[in-house]
Amino acid sequence: MSPTPVQETSSRAPKSQQSLTIARAAGGEAIGGTVTATINGQEVKVPLGTTILAAAEEIGVRIPTLCHHPDLCVAGVCRVCVVEVEGQRTLQAACAFPITSPIKVLTHTRKVRQSRRHVIDLLLSEHYGECYACGRNNNCELQALAKEYGVDFFRFGHPSKPKYEIDCSSYSVIRDNNKCVLCRRCVRTCIDLQEVGTIEVAGRSDKSYITTFKDKPLGSVVCINCGQCINRCPTGALRANDPTDDVWAAIDDPRKHVVIQTAPSPRAAIGECFGLEPGTPLTYELNTALRMCGFDRIFDTNFTADLTIIEEGTELILRLHKALVGKDAAIALPQFTSCSPGWVKYLEHFYAEYIPNLSSAKSPQQMFGAVIKTYYAEKHGIDPKDIVTVALMPCSAKKFECNRSEMDDSGFKDVDYGLTTRELAKMISEAGLELPKLSKSDFDAPFGTATGSGVIFGATGGVMEAALRTVIELVTGTKVESLFDKANIIPVRGFEGVKYVELPITDVGPVPDILKHLVPDWNWLKGATLKVAVAHGTANAKKVMEDIKAGGMFSECHFIEFMGCPGGCIGGGGQPIPTSPEIRSARARAIYAEDAAYDVRKSHENPDVLTIYQEFLTDGPCGRKSHKLLHTHYVPRGKYIE
Amino acid sequence: MSPLPTFSTMAPEAGLKQAMALSRPDIIETMKQSGLKGRGGAGFPTGMKWNFAAAAQAEEKFVICNADEGEPGTFKDRVILQDHADLVFEGMTIAGKAIGAKEGIVFLRGEYTYLRSQLEAVLDRRRKQKLLGKAILGSDLEFDIRIFMGAGAYICGEETALIEALEGFRGEPRNRPPFPVNTGFLGRPSIVNNVETLASAACILQKGVDWWKATGTEHSTGIKIFSVSGDCGKPGVYEFPMGITVAQLLKEVAGEGAKAVQVGGASGLCIPASQFQRAIAFEDIPTGGSIIVFGQQRDMLDVLHNFLDFFVDESCGQCTPCRLGNRKLLEGVELLKEGKCSMAYLQELCALGDTMQIASKCGLGQSSPSAFLSVVKNFREELMGRTYSHV
Repeated sequence: MSPTPVQETSSRAPKSQQSLTIARAAGGEAIGGTVTATINGQEVKVPLGTTILAAAEEIGVRIPTLCHHPDLCVAGVCRVCVVEVEGQRTLQAACAFPITSPIKVLTHTRKVRQSRRHVIDLLLSEHYGECYACGRNNNCELQALAKEYGVDFFRFGHPSKPKYEIDCSSYSVIRDNNKCVLCRRCVRTCIDLQEVGTIEVAGRSDKSYITTFKDKPLGSVVCINCGQCINRCPTGALRANDPTDDVWAAIDDPRKHVVIQTAPSPRAAIGECFGLEPGTPLTYELNTALRMCGFDRIFDTNFTADLTIIEEGTELILRLHKALVGKDAAIALPQFTSCSPGWVKYLEHFYAEYIPNLSSAKSPQQMFGAVIKTYYAEKHGIDPKDIVTVALMPCSAKKFECNRSEMDDSGFKDVDYGLTTRELAKMISEAGLELPKLSKSDFDAPFGTATGSGVIFGATGGVMEAALRTVIELVTGTKVESLFDKANIIPVRGFEGVKYVELPITDVGPVPDILKHLVPDWNWLKGATLKVAVAHGTANAKKVMEDIKAGGMFSECHFIEFMGCPGGCIGGGGQPIPTSPEIRSARARAIYAEDAAYDVRKSHENPDVLTIYQEFLTDGPCGRKSHKLLHTHYVPRGKYIE
Repeated sequence: MSPLPTFSTMAPEAGLKQAMALSRPDIIETMKQSGLKGRGGAGFPTGMKWNFAAAAQAEEKFVICNADEGEPGTFKDRVILQDHADLVFEGMTIAGKAIGAKEGIVFLRGEYTYLRSQLEAVLDRRRKQKLLGKAILGSDLEFDIRIFMGAGAYICGEETALIEALEGFRGEPRNRPPFPVNTGFLGRPSIVNNVETLASAACILQKGVDWWKATGTEHSTGIKIFSVSGDCGKPGVYEFPMGITVAQLLKEVAGEGAKAVQVGGASGLCIPASQFQRAIAFEDIPTGGSIIVFGQQRDMLDVLHNFLDFFVDESCGQCTPCRLGNRKLLEGVELLKEGKCSMAYLQELCALGDTMQIASKCGLGQSSPSAFLSVVKNFREELMGRTYSHV
């Protein structure tokens, strides 16, 4: 793997808040040394520049936090984490204080306890609403702090009326500023982690509030619906647009045939909502739960993930053929993946001129919707108007995606409802099911067989790995295992922001049947080097796109996987709260473990996929019928708002 | 009181010429010896600040003049800029040489926009006189000054908020450490000094450390410029020696018989008549120069209400204690005025004030409860009658 020269951060967060600042505080030459901190009398040696918060954690002292988040740049604004530092007149924010010389810290003196309690009391004096009428009940950091600090009355009062209107304009994200504690995690998520910049603080003092450009509703500003802000909101101020009541209503309606498809990432994470460790897969228990909830059919989104690989891979081969053999300069390369609706909308807003580079293949969710209301309906003699398709996704942007007006190629709304992992967990709880204790059961036919390639779509690099497994075998005719042990394409795995891989094609094989109508042979690829890249989180996507605009190394790529969320779908905006780098790695491990356990691990070997091309999409991948149902177009949105 | 050597008696550019003859460490040593402390109110030793920035390794450094004079009751920087701009720019140039900076920036208060053209004219003249630009006074010293307009936020007088604003962000204080002397404007070492501090530095270079230390106290050397307003016969801008007592000052400004004096502006202390013998100096009652005299007829709750109203408006809103604490204190004053504040709640508010002083992120929230706490402490009788004990 070659090194990836990406530009320095282009974050819009104040430089002083960006994560690096703390390391720099110690002075360049000092970095690398260690320093001793004495915390509550106990000595601990830490690298220079370590925060008091992290140093305390090392020796098992937990300092409470609210505005701090392991994914975000430093803020130091809530003042919950204040501690006493010897020699300092005032208390210091443990999350923002870098240790650069030996210090003595006390973490729970009277002054500290009183200050923290006052901060919590002050926050509660502005926090409208009752805990038992809130979606974050029992998973709220403010509530937890109030409990920890023994709040038993509202010392400084409690609002009796809401101050702000709730913004329900977005298909994906609902904003309720009445519950906002102004920790600004959402702002830092949006401007620094994701570098989108939809929300900011406006106003001053107790009139400051989180808002959008010109206070417009979220549904009509530049927002990519990634929901990363929801995952990092400590309270119920941000939540996803929840369709569970509609889904229950469909289940309750005897005339409706309710079909649910489940994406790979929720399985690796939903256990967290039931008290299990992150990375505990519950794929088959989940199937049982869904049946018990009353869904008529449970399908695996992996089926259409495999279908996506065939369609998107074929599209790539066609583009390459036209560009390399046909010398057609108008062919847009590199081809970009289109599975992540957050990324797609990001591109439509910020890099609309690159829409031709986006694969026209729909995302697995939308392909499934279209297939269910056509192929499945025909095959089983069900009137598609009576079918309700529900998609269990780790994603808040999928809610927007299924509501895109062009997503009705089946003649109906292809996917009726997008449910997040959190929302399904709520339904399961409401049904009284103890998910971890349920028996295991399989997915339903005819889309029961899935492959490991489909599963790994959930992690960053997964789509690329799945595509490479298929493309390598279809083009070279040799088993991918001969190149990568156990078909694990390690170079595209992991959480590095941008990954770049070159694969020389030394030998080519015969063209497989499924592609014979498209290319006569592979000789034109012999000796070529396939260049691919993977980026996750829109901040990394931005780096790659800026490099492409500047004609840099990524403009030479053939295929690039982009995921809107950090970590890919396992870190999606619909996943259980909280999130952190460790939680995301645990989920990713679960996904790769599941992949390794599959008998069939390559999309082109999925028998159900081969069947659908024989029975239904008879003119093959990227054929007329698949184009109508499985491909889409995009909308140049631009970044300016009227 | 003996006549003081004043800013008006300084010879043009004499301080700068002195500084040109000195090495960088010598200039800093002179500043350290003088004992000059920051005139904006915080009182940080100027020589030490310059020394930190001089020691920091960087390609670029900055001298920033804090002319965002926003403390209620303070207007002395305006007068200095109007009448002694050369002295300020001279001080900045000396600082530039001392720390190794080539660029100076004046962060001028939005409300002082009318001063800008006049200041730009002075800068132009200084460039023509070879007092700014390349090869200053024929030496290899290079230094120039530009003016950046503030937009009217009080918080931008806080040095790190000022730097954020300079960088184009919301004017909000940064976490410290790192300090501006290491990581300031654009992440480069920067010193932020008050207008008066820089002018005083030029005076010290010109007249020498002994001259400066002859005035003032051991820990608060030199002269200080005061902005005096309120219930007194002769409000205005004054030069007094550091260490002057409140009573002496009141005599000078014809404010004898006052009920109280607010020293240090809204964020300062409210001194009752019984303490008028106390000295105005960093070791006793610190000040940035604002003196507000309250006559016997003043209701201290009205005074507090006014101050807290100001802070509720001017808090940047990022940290909890300041954003919401000032609001709670203001509401408390309103309750007191209506006779609806219990003693227990008043105590709770005082405890909250203590928390704000130690837990707020910057000097605004750390000092905004001072007036509240000192009025509650010093005017207890006046307030007691207005609490109610029948909870």
